[in-house]
Amino acid sequence: MSTMLHTVNKSPLERNALDSCLRLAGAGSAILLIEDGVYGALRGTSAADRIAARVRDFKIYVLGPDMAARGLSEAPLVDGIEVVDYEGFVDLVAEHEAQQAWL
Amino acid sequence: MAYQLNGTTFEADEEGYIKDISQWSRELAELIAEDENITMGDDHWEVVNFLRQYYEEYQIAPAIRVLTKAVKKSMGPEKGNSKYLYELFPYGPAKQACKIAGLPKPTGCI
Amino acid sequence: MMDEDDFNPEVVKRFLFVNRKAPYGTVYALESLETVLISAAFDQDVSVVFMDDGVFQLKKGQDTAGINMKNFSPTFRALDGYDVEKLYVEKESLEARGLTEDDLVVDVEILSTDELREIMAAQDVVISA
Repeated sequence: MSTMLHTVNKSPLERNALDSCLRLAGAGSAILLIEDGVYGALRGTSAADRIAARVRDFKIYVLGPDMAARGLSEAPLVDGIEVVDYEGFVDLVAEHEAQQAWL
Repeated sequence: MAYQLNGTTFEADEEGYIKDISQWSRELAELIAEDENITMGDDHWEVVNFLRQYYEEYQIAPAIRVLTKAVKKSMGPEKGNSKYLYELFPYGPAKQACKIAGLPKPTGCI
Repeated sequence: MMDEDDFNPEVVKRFLFVNRKAPYGTVYALESLETVLISAAFDQDVSVVFMDDGVFQLKKGQDTAGINMKNFSPTFRALDGYDVEKLYVEKESLEARGLTEDDLVVDVEILSTDELREIMAAQDVVISA
C-alpha cells in the first residue's frame, strides 16, 4: 500500500470534505489542511471534536500562510496538529508516494 | 496605456490608472497630473496625500461622496465640499485625484 | 459627468447582503463587499449580515502576504464612511466557530436566529454570497 498525503481545502463548518477524508483515509496517512480547510484545525469550533478524535490515527498538518491570511496565526489549534510552511508542504509531497485531494 | 518616466515604463489601464500601486512616486504623480491638464499645487497634494492615506487604511479608493465627507472631517468644511474639490480636479475629484495618487478607480464610481 | 454629491435616487430600496462564505478560499466574499460599496454609493438602504463561515470575513489579524492575495478585511472599517451602519452577525454562527465579538474588525450587532429572520423578512432585495 502506498503512503498517501491527503489535502483538504474546504471548511468543515460548511462542507463534509474533512469528514469524508477522516472516514476514508488509510491508517498512518498524512492529512494537510490548506485554504479554507485550515478552519478544521481550530480548537473551540463545532467541528473540532471530530478531528480531535482522529489525531492519533493520522499525522495532521495545517498550512501556516493560509492560517495567517485568515487571521489565525495566534489561534489555538486542536492538540496534535502541526503547522507547516510552503517548504514543509513540498517536503510532505516528496515524502509520500501519492496524493489525494478532498475538494 | 502606459506612462514613460526617466526611461521606465509604467503600465496603466485604458483610462490611465497605473496597474501597480507600489510603483507610485511623486514624480510619476506629476506626470499623470500633466496628462490630466493639472498642475500640482499644495492644495492638490493635500488631497492626493489624503487619498493615499485613506487607501492605506481601508484598501479602497473612496467614492466621491465618501471622499468629500472624509475631507470635511479631516480638513474642515471649506475644503470638504464638492465645489472646492472640483476646482482642484475639474473632471471629477475622486477619479482624477485617485488616478494621480496611483490608486485604482474609486469603488462605487458612476 | 455626474456629481455623485447631488445624486438623488428616485427609489431607495432596502438591500440585504447575506455573507455566508469564508474569505480567500472563494471569490464570493470580496465580490459581495464590492457590491455593498456600489449599492451604498447609490444611496440605497444597505444592511449586511455575516453568518455561517461568513463571520470569518471579519476575523481580526488577517495577513495575506503569504498567499499573494489582497487583504480586504480593512475595507469593512470603511463601511461606516459609506453610511453602511447596519452590520449584523448571527450569534449561533459566531459561537460555533469559537469566536466572540472581540475577535471582529468592526463593531457589529449580534443577533439571534429569530431576530435575524425578522430582518431578512423586512427587505426589498436580498443578495446572497
